[in-house]
Amino acid sequence: MSDIPTELKYAATHEWARLEEDGTVTVGISDHAQSALGDVVYIEAPEVGLSVAAQEEAGVVESVKAASDIYAPIGGTVCAVNEALTDAPETVNQDPYGDGWFFKLTPTDAGDLDDLLDAEAYAEVCDDED
Amino acid sequence: MADKTPLFDAHVAAGGKMVDFAGWMMPVNYGSQIDEHIAVRTNAGMFDVSHMTIVDIDGPDAEAFLRKVIANDVAVLAEYQALYGAALNAHGGVLDDLIVYRLPKGYRCVVNAATREKMLDWFEAQALTNMRIEHKPQIMLAVQGPEAIAKLIAATDLTELSIKPFFAAAHGDWLIGRTGYTGEDGVEVMLPVAQGLGLWQALLEAGVQPAGLGARDTLRLEAGLNLYGQDMDETTSPLISNIGWTVAWEPAERGFIGRYALQGERSAPAHKLTGIILEEKGVLRHDQPVQTDIGPGLVTSGSYSPTLQRSIGLARVPSGASGECSVDIRGTMKKARLVKPPFVRKGKILVN
Repeated sequence: MSDIPTELKYAATHEWARLEEDGTVTVGISDHAQSALGDVVYIEAPEVGLSVAAQEEAGVVESVKAASDIYAPIGGTVCAVNEALTDAPETVNQDPYGDGWFFKLTPTDAGDLDDLLDAEAYAEVCDDED
Repeated sequence: MADKTPLFDAHVAAGGKMVDFAGWMMPVNYGSQIDEHIAVRTNAGMFDVSHMTIVDIDGPDAEAFLRKVIANDVAVLAEYQALYGAALNAHGGVLDDLIVYRLPKGYRCVVNAATREKMLDWFEAQALTNMRIEHKPQIMLAVQGPEAIAKLIAATDLTELSIKPFFAAAHGDWLIGRTGYTGEDGVEVMLPVAQGLGLWQALLEAGVQPAGLGARDTLRLEAGLNLYGQDMDETTSPLISNIGWTVAWEPAERGFIGRYALQGERSAPAHKLTGIILEEKGVLRHDQPVQTDIGPGLVTSGSYSPTLQRSIGLARVPSGASGECSVDIRGTMKKARLVKPPFVRKGKILVN
């Protein structure tokens, strides 16, 4: 059973989102997603300043096995990317909800987070896939 | 519903993440495929390859049959010697690659899991009068790595194992071949289903790391070994698939299937299959376009190499291409370099 923290919001495409105190939204991939991908070896991060709509492509994560697109869970402008993943992509496997974050967004409307799944609903998405 | 090998429960018990591969539920990894890869390069790992197809062929016409359907020549084999070769169609395209063992009574072929039906049908269609083809399910365990043979001896009643590379030996009901698909020393053990779980458990207790299809793929890629259906198929000849060495042209009168078609290509194949190393960050993947100085090519296999810690692959490019090239990865041209495979053999890196 994978770890699904209750304080986060989730997209059905397996990204998590967390509203920070400064109003930005941190985005990463779930424990379920990192486990399904296997050993992560490369991250293609979006450029800072890129403006994305909800469900729009915002990067690629490559495991030894395969490449998968990362989608923006909500709309906004990329304000930071996790540069540490360039040299240590395995952090995504080791700490998907912490040091393994992908990028931060300045949301177009933080209220859009309410459209995402809560932990319980996301757990059902994962169960349906297993 | 996918088939299960007799070791399915043992894989799950070992933490195997099971996936459908060619109609078989097989472990892709048991946690980390990179760790499993490194275990095989530095110590010992084992792969359940019972999904592969074991076909025994005997009878007076068995040799003539194999000399017809395989481009390599089984007539050169001594007893218990093994040979790698390709079965071709009339156009010289590769139907499958296989290993053939010469046994005291007849031959044993090991063909791919994904080509099972096709190859069994092909063999039946090409069969000669006085021969028998028998497909018997067995357990097949590949035990690979520098410590593989020592650990196999520790785990079994074997007291020594002095089989030369690409030879086999019988041990009771078992056939032990000194073959593999990893670029390391090791064996492939074929044994009756009832004894398979016992050997698996004994190897586990001897400290052999279970390894999944994920590690199997990166190990064979580093070793420069083709994956059928990806690096070669019915539309590519062995001459453009880096296995031209398996085509036995002599004796000239041996009319193996595909010979006539290959003859025309023999003097100047237009393409070659070779190694490729990505010089920038990213990962090479099957079907990415390659641009060389003298024309375009394609990546046929690509992944991340745990030993080189960068992305490597195989690519089909114009015959004269060498050195620097570029690869189109999701619309961005990235620098790469063509190299002669293998990348890694017996734990050592062989490319710059």
